[in-house]
Amino acid sequence: MRSMLYASAAALALACVSTAQAQDTVKIGVILPYSGQFADGAKQMDAGIKLYMKLNGDTVAGKKIEIIRKDVAGPQPPVAKRLAQELVVRDNVDILAGFLLTPNAMAAADISAEAKKFMVIMNAATSIITTKSNYSVRTSFTLPQVSATLGSWAVKNGVKKAYTMVSDYGPGHDAETSFQGAIKASGGEVVGSVRMAVANPDFSAYVQRAKDLNPESIFVFIPGGSQPAAIGKAFAERGVDVSKTKIMGTGELTDDSALANMGDNALGVITAWTYDHNHKSALNEKFVAEYRKDNNGENPNFFVAGGYDGMHLIYEALKKTAGKTDGEALVNAAKGMKWESPRGPMMIDPETRDVVQTIYIRKVEKVGGKLVNVEFDKVENVKDPVKAAMKNN
Amino acid sequence: MLPPVFGVLFDGIAYGMLLFLLSVGMSVTLGLMNFVNLAHCAFGMIGAYVAVMLMKDFNWNFFATLPFAFLSAALVSVVVERTLYRKLYRATDLDQVLLTIGLAFISVAAAAWFFGTTQQPVAMPSYMRGSINFLGLNIGIYRMFLVAVGIVVTILLVMTLEHTRFGAQVRAAVDNQRMARGLGIDVDRTFAVTFALGSGLAGLGGALAIEIVGLDPHFAFIYLVYVLIVVSVGGLGSIAGSFAAACLIGISDIAGKYYVPELGGFLIYLVMVAVLMWKPAGLFGKRS
Repeated sequence: MRSMLYASAAALALACVSTAQAQDTVKIGVILPYSGQFADGAKQMDAGIKLYMKLNGDTVAGKKIEIIRKDVAGPQPPVAKRLAQELVVRDNVDILAGFLLTPNAMAAADISAEAKKFMVIMNAATSIITTKSNYSVRTSFTLPQVSATLGSWAVKNGVKKAYTMVSDYGPGHDAETSFQGAIKASGGEVVGSVRMAVANPDFSAYVQRAKDLNPESIFVFIPGGSQPAAIGKAFAERGVDVSKTKIMGTGELTDDSALANMGDNALGVITAWTYDHNHKSALNEKFVAEYRKDNNGENPNFFVAGGYDGMHLIYEALKKTAGKTDGEALVNAAKGMKWESPRGPMMIDPETRDVVQTIYIRKVEKVGGKLVNVEFDKVENVKDPVKAAMKNN
Repeated sequence: MLPPVFGVLFDGIAYGMLLFLLSVGMSVTLGLMNFVNLAHCAFGMIGAYVAVMLMKDFNWNFFATLPFAFLSAALVSVVVERTLYRKLYRATDLDQVLLTIGLAFISVAAAAWFFGTTQQPVAMPSYMRGSINFLGLNIGIYRMFLVAVGIVVTILLVMTLEHTRFGAQVRAAVDNQRMARGLGIDVDRTFAVTFALGSGLAGLGGALAIEIVGLDPHFAFIYLVYVLIVVSVGGLGSIAGSFAAACLIGISDIAGKYYVPELGGFLIYLVMVAVLMWKPAGLFGKRS
């Protein structure tokens, strides 16, 4: 009995200490795959978070920002959930952030909903994630936002028939459905489609099959990493002529490392995407210059932009709530927030808490001897089409 | 004009050659020396990274890097063989599996540490890229080169193991170590050389593979599955078996993806099961 009394007294004292601490710091628990296959993306997003804090200081509304980093090591929802739980219960964080991969974001969203913690999704791009917790907000993009926009843009710009090639897993199905849906809704036609094995090193057979159908255009969605180069080489080796067959895709297809691998095979590929370091704006030029300074001259990519904008959202929300950190206050502050990002104007949809932004249409060209995604068209104020459709039903 | 099926056959054989080059080394070490080396593809990865580094940082021609890919993988394997593997030649399969799979994990982490997890850029000379048009078929130039290398390696290996003094020593050392020692064969040295040969071939295969399949730290695991399938379908210790199995797996993979993409990459597993049901020791396997 006595020992129990002591224990509860000690617990009470501890609780007092931690609330006392909580008054002058805001703790942000960042969950990212710092090790494993997606470590590079995690490093880049982390660098975006660091850059924002470097440029804007580590105190907001009189409170010090403290980041607690947790390594989830890959697409492992149970681990992500456990880490989120630990962050909330043991480390007493006020905000959950990060999330490179959809399954991890989905698992952690349960904790956010239960504990009523503000959650900022900085990359994971499946539409439904933000519906799992009313306290979650996304600052990256959704895959349908990009692929449906590309579909309608293509039909408006003279592509009437399309063939689609996507990886056979969740995001691939998302991209396929929304691209095909947009093509059909705009009066175009889908002449065929193929779902490719996810762990697939050699695309030659799939590309040959597409080529034998001689389609007017081909839409590709594949995960980043090793695959863009492999499929680019397959297109070139099979003699698919980009001037006759338009190749289109999402930004992963031609990100910087993919371009280095594809070489001139990438010329003429059209992609729709949210951010590229070549985007022309004064804000972006400064952002790129600052990022290069701290990261061995590397260029920022969409992971960096997601992390950077996520931190911006957190800072601005805290300013609005005057440092109050409960989930309700923060999420209300975030709803409808508008700001100018290195990628252009951004807004948080007050209804879906998802990001509304400009989607850029780019073409790979050679500029000064280097392959570059050159923006030549854009679609403004794009909302996530999946949630828009859910509302209409 | 030839119908597309010939194109599929050619691509399948070319892909099979790639699998053959990656797996023939394991056929030698596992089949002849009876050593379960699950780190085999890690040696392939060494060759691949050496080739990439020489091309990227020293501007070497792709062909010039190939001997170094072979040598570096062979050299590292000799060190590993002398220090670790040698002690386990007579150990149980499980011990061998545990040690070598551990090494494979280490190699993945080491590659990620040194080179990052991103895909390595590969700059092949421009005359190796693209394809030629042969009676209406697209024949990839690099794939023709792969087929040629595969055939040359097969002939050289079969000649070495069947018709040279060294080959005879290897076979003797494997079949009866005590007798071989009694005849004055340096069994340790023979095993070390055989092991280096197998790993060097993996290194060569790795360097040849990157143009088609790319290179990142997971190379050591992704291709291990294919290599094990080829070795088991072909039958342990049989060079010809590995060759036939690699062609079979390559063709069924490409044909599956071309004609029935819904089955996708799964077809090779069906083929493997079918072959092993019919011949449990593999196509050319002698031991049961």
